[in-house]
Amino acid sequence: MRIAVIGAGAVGSLIARELCRYEAEVVLFERAPDVGWGVTKANSGIVHAGFHDEPGTTRARFCAAGNALYPELATDLEIPFRRTGAYVLAFTTEELSVLEELREWGEVNGVPGLELHRREEILAREPRVNPEVRAGLWSPTVGITLPWEIAIAAVENALDNGLELHLGEPVVGIEVSGGRVRAVRTDKGRYPVEAVVNAAGLFADHIAQMAGLEGPALHPRRGEYVLLDETTGGLVNVVLFPAPTQVSKGILVLPTVDGGLLLGPNAHDLPPDAREATETTREGLEEVIEGAVHLVPDLPLHKTVKTFAGLRPESPQKDFVLGETRVAGFYQAAAMRSPGLTAAPAIARWLAHEIALAHGLEERTDFRPVRKRIPHPADLPEAEWEALIRKDPRWGRIVCFCNRVTEGEIVEAIRRGARTLDGVKFRTRAGFGRCQGGFCTDRILEILARELGAEPWEVTARGGASRIVLGEARP
Amino acid sequence: MRTYTVDVLVVGGGAAGMAAAAAAAREGARTVLLERGERLGGVLEQCIHPGFGLHRYREELTGPEFAHRMRQELNDSGAEVLTGATVLEILPDGPAVKVVSPKGLKKFRPRAVVWAVGARERPFGALRIPGTRPSGVFTAGLAQRLLDLEGLLPGRRAVILGSGDIGLIMARRLHLEGVEVRAVLEIQPFPGGLTRNVVQCLRDFGIPLLLSHTVAEVHGRERLEGITAVRVDEHRHPIPGTERRIEADTLILSVGLIPEVRLIEDTVPLDPVNRGPRVNGRLQTEVPWLFAAGNCVAVFDLVDTVAELGERAGASAARYARGDLPSGKPVPLVRGENVVSLVPSCLDGTAESARMYLRVPRPMEGVTVDVGGVVRRRVPVARPAEMIEIPLDGDALSELSQKERIVVEVKPK
Repeated sequence: MRIAVIGAGAVGSLIARELCRYEAEVVLFERAPDVGWGVTKANSGIVHAGFHDEPGTTRARFCAAGNALYPELATDLEIPFRRTGAYVLAFTTEELSVLEELREWGEVNGVPGLELHRREEILAREPRVNPEVRAGLWSPTVGITLPWEIAIAAVENALDNGLELHLGEPVVGIEVSGGRVRAVRTDKGRYPVEAVVNAAGLFADHIAQMAGLEGPALHPRRGEYVLLDETTGGLVNVVLFPAPTQVSKGILVLPTVDGGLLLGPNAHDLPPDAREATETTREGLEEVIEGAVHLVPDLPLHKTVKTFAGLRPESPQKDFVLGETRVAGFYQAAAMRSPGLTAAPAIARWLAHEIALAHGLEERTDFRPVRKRIPHPADLPEAEWEALIRKDPRWGRIVCFCNRVTEGEIVEAIRRGARTLDGVKFRTRAGFGRCQGGFCTDRILEILARELGAEPWEVTARGGASRIVLGEARP
Repeated sequence: MRTYTVDVLVVGGGAAGMAAAAAAAREGARTVLLERGERLGGVLEQCIHPGFGLHRYREELTGPEFAHRMRQELNDSGAEVLTGATVLEILPDGPAVKVVSPKGLKKFRPRAVVWAVGARERPFGALRIPGTRPSGVFTAGLAQRLLDLEGLLPGRRAVILGSGDIGLIMARRLHLEGVEVRAVLEIQPFPGGLTRNVVQCLRDFGIPLLLSHTVAEVHGRERLEGITAVRVDEHRHPIPGTERRIEADTLILSVGLIPEVRLIEDTVPLDPVNRGPRVNGRLQTEVPWLFAAGNCVAVFDLVDTVAELGERAGASAARYARGDLPSGKPVPLVRGENVVSLVPSCLDGTAESARMYLRVPRPMEGVTVDVGGVVRRRVPVARPAEMIEIPLDGDALSELSQKERIVVEVKPK
């Protein structure tokens, strides 16, 4: 049987990979030119513990379970994941009572290791925390990861297990007859299928409507971020949350897997039609800094290397919409607001299993769960790096000096599917360092053009009209 | 991994590094120069405009011509050169320097190291400018490499943010390539670059310079479509109601250079204003075997100065390597009023002469530079864009070195 997954973000990619464990033909459709470029791309990258979610919600059901799957996922897919632990910090009496409530929620939700810590204990562990802190909820299972790397790795692994991937191919219609899903239509063709998984992120409501379903009603919620350079990560070693409000988990300070610090996000609800509104605002960035400085007063803001905004799908129910619908064969993995990234591995495993049960799919005996990352020789033992260089000297040519990315890595990223500057960046981290591509953009452009057999002015940053240079200077 | 023992290892093959390696080799030191790029010359190679060498060679050269002369001097000196070689680590113990190149990994055991890696450009993200993140936003240096080294056109209609020399020169370069340069925006109430560049790069071509202006927002989802320019007050805060949109597909940033100190920043003390390592008059850092020269110490205006500092650093390193670099008690130089960049950070009485370089924070007329009450020099016009150079002779140095600290200040009229 043939199953279509719509949306190659972290959620859709992990679902596609889990479906590849069964005897089915899995087809993954993504409107963007690459995987992980929607909600997944601009995300805090936190693997939550599960104490933020009210017991009884679908979020609560899948968050701690997803967290528990991360070590295995990180090992199988060779993605960065580090359990840093986290504090939720309380500065007022009201916030102290919020911590109590979170601890109770966490215990009901099966979150291990929660402890209330006093001021002295917090400051001893994290001396840069605002000394006005009164107490903190310590959660040892909170971790950090790279969201887009999950999508990239899951898709690579799924491809290795027979996935059919359609990038840059938006779904424009879903054929339903007799109460069953029959086919998916894209701008390029018609694909008969017996099941569809809607993991279309911000556009999941549009996809559901194509199948004749109403919900969920989605609107984008914008979160803005400020990223500090890779020398700042040591200043704060755990994820720091403020006490949450009704609206959100608040503005955080957290270390990134690359060794920097990430500040944000704020949370602003946008009108339902503002689904491309990933611009930052002056007020928003000020709000992020103010919130971050409340947690850590002496942040080295002069080490800012990047600001960005991401959109996440929010629904009036503030909860995931998962599983089968009244259209037979049409499954939802929609309204994936926070903690969607954390829950994704657990949701993927559960949903694939549900689909397999419903359609009588056998488990494959030849599924290969392991994906090898692109080697990053700067992290390898010297002998291994030297062996790589002996095979191909390009592994000894550093292209991105900040993150020490070699030409060998870039060529390998292109071989694995990178077609744009961002595709290379997200796969290798070239251009993500302190100089933000100031020294390497021209070199990566040259390598992309050479490897793709294209002219430099045909290469884009992220598809569409995002060309980097517009032509020859004196043709 | 092969290990090589050398006297002086120079990191960086721009003007400072080439001068340092040549000087060290001329002093008889066994010298190796490492350059991470494919060829020597550093930023000079992309500076195809004239204006270089007036001090060093007494004639006006382009950047590549200047680099060519320096390569010849380096070649004549006997220093060894490795290109395509990136330093991975400088281990203070030894010291030892780990290097990778397409030929493999190497380890050097030098007696002295000269850090001469230049500066990097402040990126767009550091400015926290609101808006979208389209393509078409370049640092000036990147745009210059694309245009002058690759022959590629960054865009067709450009706005330039920052009137530092690189921004001004890029305005002219783009104009000459047929790019419509809509405006140069400068957040300060005065130009950031040299007056001659304001005249020769903007005024001569009718390119508008908007002082006290910055970019409030960038527009465009995929490629840049325009920017919102805004006037700022004396605190650099945008003045509401002064916004105006300028259509452009390209935004070029010339918003500051930052001395590159990665790999040494955990080893040596840095100067918080210069943002490079603290050095003495011989360009020796506070770690005795480590010397530094050029834009990685502080950002200089002229390549001629950078080359001269490189020579001094290379000669000092060679003397240190053979054990005859004298050292006296270091006396710190302290910033008094109206001093921003200041090189060196300390002096001792053992040098025969030294030169001091400083920058003022705003344009000033009829000022006096006072060095510890010992040296006073009148400067008719002091501008942030032009470093003030003060030679210090042996007498002045021996008097200054008796002090606990030397306050350097620029006194208004």
